[in-house]
Amino acid sequence: MDPWVHLAVAVLLPPFFGALVAVLFPARRTNLPWIAAVVSCGLAFFASVAGLIYAVTEGTVHYHLGGWEPPMGIELVMDPLSAFFCAVIAGVASFVFIHGKTVVERETPEKVIPFYSTALLLIGGLLGIILTGDLFNLYVFLEISSLAGYALVAIGDKRAPVSAFRYLILGTIGASFYLLGVAFLFMETGSLNMRDVAEIIPIAGDSPATVAGLILIVFGIGLKMALFPMHGWLSDAYTHATSTSTAIIAPIGTKVAAYVLLRTCFYMFDPEYVRNEIPLTTIIGFLGAAGIIWGSVLAIAQRDLKRMLAYSSISQVGYIALGVGLASPYGMIGAVLHTLNHAVMKACLFLVNTNILERFRHTHIPRFDRTYRIRMPWTMAAFTVSAISMIGLPPTAGFFSKWYLVLGSWERSNYLFLAVIVISSLLNIVYFFRVLEKVYLRTDGEPYDDRNEQEDLALKREEARGSMLFPVLFLAVGLLVIGLANAFIVTTFIRPMIPDGL
Amino acid sequence: MSLPETYSSSIPFLALLVSLLAVPLILWSSKRPNLREFWTLLAAAIKFGLVLTLLPGALEGKVAEFVLLEIAEGIELSLRADSFGMYFALIASGLWILTSFYSIGYMRGHHEKKQTRYFASFAVSLSATIGIAFAGNLLTFIVFYEMLTLATYPLVIHSENRKAIRAGRQYLAYALTAGLLMVAGSGLIYMLTGSIDFEPSGILEEGMLGAGGMRVLFFMLLIGVGVKGGIMPLHSWLPNAMVAPTPVSALLHAVAVVKSGVFGVVRMVGFVFGPDVMVAYDLNTILAVFAGATIILASVIALRQNNLKRRLAYSTVAHLSYIAMGAALLNADGFTGGILHISTHATMKITLFFCAGAIIVHAHRENVSDLDGLGRAMPWTFGAFTIGAMGLTGLPPVNGFLSKWFLCMGSLDAGQIIVLCVFLTSGLLNAAYLFPVVYRGFFRTSEKFEGLGEANPFMVVPLCITAALSVVFCLFPNLFFGLFDLATATVDAVLR
Repeated sequence: MDPWVHLAVAVLLPPFFGALVAVLFPARRTNLPWIAAVVSCGLAFFASVAGLIYAVTEGTVHYHLGGWEPPMGIELVMDPLSAFFCAVIAGVASFVFIHGKTVVERETPEKVIPFYSTALLLIGGLLGIILTGDLFNLYVFLEISSLAGYALVAIGDKRAPVSAFRYLILGTIGASFYLLGVAFLFMETGSLNMRDVAEIIPIAGDSPATVAGLILIVFGIGLKMALFPMHGWLSDAYTHATSTSTAIIAPIGTKVAAYVLLRTCFYMFDPEYVRNEIPLTTIIGFLGAAGIIWGSVLAIAQRDLKRMLAYSSISQVGYIALGVGLASPYGMIGAVLHTLNHAVMKACLFLVNTNILERFRHTHIPRFDRTYRIRMPWTMAAFTVSAISMIGLPPTAGFFSKWYLVLGSWERSNYLFLAVIVISSLLNIVYFFRVLEKVYLRTDGEPYDDRNEQEDLALKREEARGSMLFPVLFLAVGLLVIGLANAFIVTTFIRPMIPDGL
Repeated sequence: MSLPETYSSSIPFLALLVSLLAVPLILWSSKRPNLREFWTLLAAAIKFGLVLTLLPGALEGKVAEFVLLEIAEGIELSLRADSFGMYFALIASGLWILTSFYSIGYMRGHHEKKQTRYFASFAVSLSATIGIAFAGNLLTFIVFYEMLTLATYPLVIHSENRKAIRAGRQYLAYALTAGLLMVAGSGLIYMLTGSIDFEPSGILEEGMLGAGGMRVLFFMLLIGVGVKGGIMPLHSWLPNAMVAPTPVSALLHAVAVVKSGVFGVVRMVGFVFGPDVMVAYDLNTILAVFAGATIILASVIALRQNNLKRRLAYSTVAHLSYIAMGAALLNADGFTGGILHISTHATMKITLFFCAGAIIVHAHRENVSDLDGLGRAMPWTFGAFTIGAMGLTGLPPVNGFLSKWFLCMGSLDAGQIIVLCVFLTSGLLNAAYLFPVVYRGFFRTSEKFEGLGEANPFMVVPLCITAALSVVFCLFPNLFFGLFDLATATVDAVLR
């Protein structure tokens, strides 16, 4: 057997091992948990990149766990789509962990070990959801990641337990919907293996149970994805969790749900069928469009940076849903590329938020002023780059996912989506430039004068420490690199993902 | 006719890059103003030199092409120095040298703050302008167009007072909305034709879209470029952006930014839609109506402005639409006149703004009503202003006469008497809002300015040079850089 096929499991194992290693020496204060987190995510990242290259060049890997043949046994599937998502998640998580070292120790000194252990379980669960080729196994991983997620959210400020509880209730409902949907499909097809199900559904024909199963899965996952109008849990959960928890969950948690959406709608079912017969993708697209606008409007209304970013996440997830909803090649390219872009942007923004919080002890936007730029020039530069990318201006990454979504909207002659993309970019300008103005300019209405200049010169630079600055800058530069290299990413990795039926 | 011969050359890219490379140097030497300004001047000189080296090829009809990378699937970030791009690049980079000298005099004379940010943003703006001039396809155009928006934002809000910040917000809202519409429109063109490369006489063909669809597409792109080009009713950011320091108003809000808007209009008309489609769907009539209305309305509004810079801004709005009107005429003379007006208006209006800035710094006057007798104290400045005013009115021997002559010939050629009347009326209105300034300066007397003397030579010399250029380019339009040949070459390509 080709040894490279073990890459599939090599992606999955490090986070779970890391979670165990992290708790090895609970008595001593060591850096072990942190090292375990960074190293295991790094390993998972390299394994996924290698797997992605392998999947693109050699073809999809089907890895039978324990040697049990599917459909009885569980298989891991590493195709371009799953490897790409794994790479995004593991990559972003490694940077957030690098950044988290001092933050976690300061924010939750008593809970360093549980934090890293749970976070690694979360990552492991998410990677499992992506890699598995088995519907029920997906549910298991979903629960692993969700339980870890609830715990992470609960480690936070005073209101965190309440928001975690709400997250738990809604998340459980979502997961139950999913499970119910799987049961329906199992009833109809007699199989839990995705490939198997995909082959049987056309033979089994059009039955209400299949349709109901798909709808239940989509809505269960939609809840996890914070698809409008099921987004209520997200803003509180993100706002009240600790900085690093949010930075871990926010960029990647919802993306995995988006992945499941892609997988079920386009791979397990025939995309044509899902688009034309059920109009399910159309509904997803419209919900996404509504979420884009709603999230942006609420983001404008926020006065706290972290909360603003949380609402902006709802809106950005809408873009991905919109791309899925288009059910066209360009729509899918846009959705997948936006997953990568948004993961990088949002990670960068939440880390900037943490840097601000660590230095100034608050993230209340009205209290920002121009001294922030002088005291933390690099952090603010990173914020500016990611803000520009969020707005979607070239040559940053954010522009190009919008470009492909625009092409997709024309492809489907969907003028409403086109209008939504344009309007939401304008709303993004409003809420990001509001912050940029505060940070870069004198905003009390008087002109910048000699006295201001003297004050500014007297200020000293108090940039965040290296371990917190490096990830932020790296991600910000990454946005430019992704933007300029997007054609390469699209042609090499995303094109091969597009299923035949699309 | 065969397509123009192309050759691969990195010079268009280097010309773009040189001012971007100056930015880190400018930021690095923020504590040493002389060194910092040296970088600006050096970059300006090198940039102009690089553009000049492309000129012989462009005059022979060869196009220097440079493909940087694939910017999106199937679309390259390509720079093509065709005749029209060369024409615009020459004007922008040439005038940047003069503006840099002027900036030094103005910014230091006016004790402006944050000069490092100012010079850095200026350099980025010029890179973006060259990128727009050389853009080989719509997406490349958009990339630099948005870059220009972002780079000029810090210049608009330079003084950071309430007015400036409000102007900055308005500018962003207008320009970025425009950019988004252009993105959407380009997306449609890409889906229709599979290409968004600029091609002489257009990439769209009749029948690709219904009449309604084609008009909507035209409006999307026209709004996209028309915002920067100040076509009414999309102009109102421009007068408000006059809160920026005067060199910004002079180079960016009279030449680089607004001209990239009308440059875009000409690109859309000649290189995306093409004359056939324009005529087939009455798009030229739509453009002409908006341009004509803008010319008259903006001139009338200019009459009522007491603030000199605002008066000049409205005059800019009117004159930008001359260019759009020239493009809308779609005949050889009209198109030539429109393209020539890009350069003639550039030299004239930059002169006028330089004068306004010299007056602000030296005599501390911003309003027209306060200028009585100033001409005697500042004869060079007011002399240059007179030349600029004559040019905008269309009097020989200033180059405004030349472009206006072609425009009028073009409207006669097209049998458009209304258009001719628009041009002639606007000439009178120009005289009505510009000559009072000259009259007050030279023929009214006032005690206030006795012994004031002329402004700093850093400012006076550039403005005299631009005034002289305005005259020279009327008498010998081909003298230095073959501008006239470049313009006619463009027209031949589009209307072949």
